[in-house]
Amino acid sequence: MKPSKSLTATLILAVTVFSVFAYEQHIRSQKSIIVLATTTSTYDSGLLDYLTPIFQEKYEAEVHIISVGTGQAIETAKRGDADLVLVHSKPIELEFVNSTYGIHRVGVMYNDFIVVGPANVPVEKGDLTNATETFRKIAEEGAKNDAQFISRADKSGTHMLELSIWRKLGLKPSNKTQRWYIEAGAGMGTVLRMANEKKAYTLTDRATWLSFKSQLANLKVLVEGDVLLLNPYAIILVNPEKYPQRNYKGALQLAKWMISEEGQSLIANFKKDGETLFKPIARNTELTHMLGFPEQENELAWYDAQNP
Amino acid sequence: MNITLLSLRVSGAAVLIGAFVGIPVGTLLGLKQFKGKRTIMRFVDVMLKSVVNTFMGLPPVVVGLVVYLLLTATGPLGWLRLLYTPTAMIITQLIMVVPIIIGVTISAVGSVERSIREKALSLGATEAQAAWLVLREARMGVLTSIIAAFGAAISEVGGIMITGGNIRWWTRTLTTAIVIETELGDFAMALTLGAILLSMAFIINLALTIVQLKGARR
Repeated sequence: MKPSKSLTATLILAVTVFSVFAYEQHIRSQKSIIVLATTTSTYDSGLLDYLTPIFQEKYEAEVHIISVGTGQAIETAKRGDADLVLVHSKPIELEFVNSTYGIHRVGVMYNDFIVVGPANVPVEKGDLTNATETFRKIAEEGAKNDAQFISRADKSGTHMLELSIWRKLGLKPSNKTQRWYIEAGAGMGTVLRMANEKKAYTLTDRATWLSFKSQLANLKVLVEGDVLLLNPYAIILVNPEKYPQRNYKGALQLAKWMISEEGQSLIANFKKDGETLFKPIARNTELTHMLGFPEQENELAWYDAQNP
Repeated sequence: MNITLLSLRVSGAAVLIGAFVGIPVGTLLGLKQFKGKRTIMRFVDVMLKSVVNTFMGLPPVVVGLVVYLLLTATGPLGWLRLLYTPTAMIITQLIMVVPIIIGVTISAVGSVERSIREKALSLGATEAQAAWLVLREARMGVLTSIIAAFGAAISEVGGIMITGGNIRWWTRTLTTAIVIETELGDFAMALTLGAILLSMAFIINLALTIVQLKGARR
């Protein structure tokens, strides 16, 4: 290497590094960046890729989606690395709000969970409406090595619900010796595909199931319609008093838009193979009360009164 | 297209910055071998090189986790607001590639015959001039370090997934896109991206190898 060459290299280095920073600054200054921490189910189902471009166009903002499990999404927001969350697990949502890191929890939509299992199980779709009972049977057969259950095991909303069902039964399947209980530590799509490969049982949200169904020939729906399995999604803003540097205004805009008439009807119109994946609830007081949002009308009024 | 460019930009920047840090450090450490006569010096030398060699195999996810904890809003460098940006990914990969460049440079410099440096010094060259001469002799090995570092960076996924967040149009690179497409079950897309990644790596390695061969003939 001659000095002239190293000079050229320095130049290339400088230009490359500079261009990266310049590009970043450019994007940052030009648009309001909103970081939404959300669950894999809203992203994997395609809902957010369908909604955000419409929002971005309208508000000249850029929505950066971090799609992880509900637990991690809330943890991310708590650390001040996100502006708002769209999640589905009431206990940790309430904890998030009680810790004063999250504010103005509002119901947005719901879908439901279903239990899927091997297609050759002699049960007709709809025969079983009791998830708890089904879980008990899976555990019994699992103990005899006749069944396997795949758990998300990632502190997602789906995982939380699954754990609450086991707890209800007084069972603790997460155990080295229980080989039938497989802890995947993965997103819903991956877990469904694992269940398909292993002809195993799993708990899934319907949206992801519908998106993947065509690839899952070995699985079928076993339990649906249990009230326990209803899956409401909430939006919670990150408290601007905790993290003043975050984009509170943008978060508010996005949240307001999601629960507006426009956002809600877009959610209702989001279909896969003709089936609606998420049902909007923000403006249905009765339903939201039933699904665990006792303050819905107050929060809705608050959002409607904001003018970001 | 966007993601291919981002992959190149992130890994390219990491390797370039890494080269500017790693090559001088590697040369220095490589030359140390000549001096290591005293037991204590030799001990330091061995320890230092073992550490470098260990870090050459740093698991990317561990680097990602540490960088994440540094850059998170409540972390020590949170005020920089770099988490979930391409810069965060460059930092992650930089930490990964610097030990690789240092390590390979050490052995390249170390394998240059010591007589070259000694002759240069006896002919009145300064330490810096002699070091430059040795580095020149070792250039092929140094180039290898760059190739190895780039290969590691471009194919890395665990670290940048954590620090970049895999945000579409923003921090999604070829490797993290492959992860998400696999998760979504679009294997055709994932494979296509894999093919792009592979052919890109091939073209860059081809260019570097041509440079290397030309240099060897000289």
